[in-house]
Amino acid sequence: MSEITKVAEKEPTFAFGKKERKLLTDPLNDNNPITVQVLGICSALAVTTKVDASFVMAIAVVFVCAFSNLIISLLRNSIPKSVRMIVQLVAIATLVTIVELVLKAANYTVFTELSVFIGLIITNCIVMGRLEAFAMANGPWKSFLDGIGNGIGYGIILIAVAAIRELFGKGTFYNIQILGDWYTPNGLMVLFPSAMFVIGILIWIHRSWNRDLIDVS
Amino acid sequence: MHSTRSTIVFVFIMTAVVAVILAALFNGLKPIHDKNEALYNKTAILSAIENQLPKKLDEMEGEEIETLFSTKMKQSVVSISGEAIDEALIKARHGGSKAENISLKTEKKIADEEKYLPVFEYQGDGGKKFYIASVRGSGLWDDIWGYVALEDDLNTLAGIAFGHKGETPGLGAEIKDNGAFKEQFKGKKIYDEDGNFKSIYVRKGGAKDPIHEVDGISGATITADGVTEMLDRGLQYYDSYFNTIKG
Repeated sequence: MSEITKVAEKEPTFAFGKKERKLLTDPLNDNNPITVQVLGICSALAVTTKVDASFVMAIAVVFVCAFSNLIISLLRNSIPKSVRMIVQLVAIATLVTIVELVLKAANYTVFTELSVFIGLIITNCIVMGRLEAFAMANGPWKSFLDGIGNGIGYGIILIAVAAIRELFGKGTFYNIQILGDWYTPNGLMVLFPSAMFVIGILIWIHRSWNRDLIDVS
Repeated sequence: MHSTRSTIVFVFIMTAVVAVILAALFNGLKPIHDKNEALYNKTAILSAIENQLPKKLDEMEGEEIETLFSTKMKQSVVSISGEAIDEALIKARHGGSKAENISLKTEKKIADEEKYLPVFEYQGDGGKKFYIASVRGSGLWDDIWGYVALEDDLNTLAGIAFGHKGETPGLGAEIKDNGAFKEQFKGKKIYDEDGNFKSIYVRKGGAKDPIHEVDGISGATITADGVTEMLDRGLQYYDSYFNTIKG
């Protein structure tokens, strides 16, 4: 009997059960970094004028989020508490620099478009927030999944906002003309304030669709 | 739990590991970065005379652009008085001796009399020549630059290409993204009938002079003024050189 319970208690390192799935899906809906936690708004305002740039940005954030979570989780027991924030920041900054160098080699045009915003992933609250809240207290595999989940949760909103802004601001989607010549592009949509409106509206839609999120107090 | 000493050791090891990884990656990718950057600049220069090229730039592979640039583009570097500059001097300032090596960002900080001006001469079909001058100025947020292609009369614009570091997308950035804005420059002249330098003016509210003015972009007045200033100052540097060629 004791043999069976032991096996059941010890979870395999790379389990992919209900709990792990929840780590991936939770940030997409109930715990979305942008629409629920309202983190990472700064970059959501800045890079969402075009879908292609947002897409690359989303991939970069998924990568940085997942691997910084993984690294910090692996080191979590050996990081001296007094410098843990600095260690987290170094891990993030290193990964962001890697992304920047690789992107500059892989696609120079997108690199010039995103320019400073890739570097600004370092200051993205989502990444640091997940390190503090999750990776410091959980195993590497779970932390990795949590990072991917949060990165994707951020990415979908980013792409959704960019799709709306690009469509109305330029009449295109992914640089392909959608709206014909009859449409006069709305200049406000490419400016930062419109991202505020769009995100606000998305939060509104999200809350009226997922009633659990409404704070009754 | 952690002594001060172990904390310091931890931080040192971490810094060393990160430094090695990043330095290795940076140096490993440097040749690709340089190649990409050079190709990006060449594509930008060629885009000023895109309608003269055998094929559209989007349809060309990197290799084709390199070949086109090296076979059809004659490069020279001149001073503000129109004289050719010694290759060794250019190399000392820019690390390479050709016009393509010249960084206008560096040149912007140098006194006018000391400036090195890159000239690209494109040999078009039927022996038609085009001269491309490089200019750089300031937009609303950061630097803007342009490549101005002139026909062989060194007066009529054959085409123009702009670039910018951080103008607002949809507003200032339209100088680069909006084809219609650039299209307006074609056929405009930089000298008046008496041969005096006049440049081209980006006018808010619509061009008044059909030969020397183009329409501005709504919501991008400062960037447009930057373009006007950049063209006026930048093209004037080439004035002596143009006059030497015209003879």
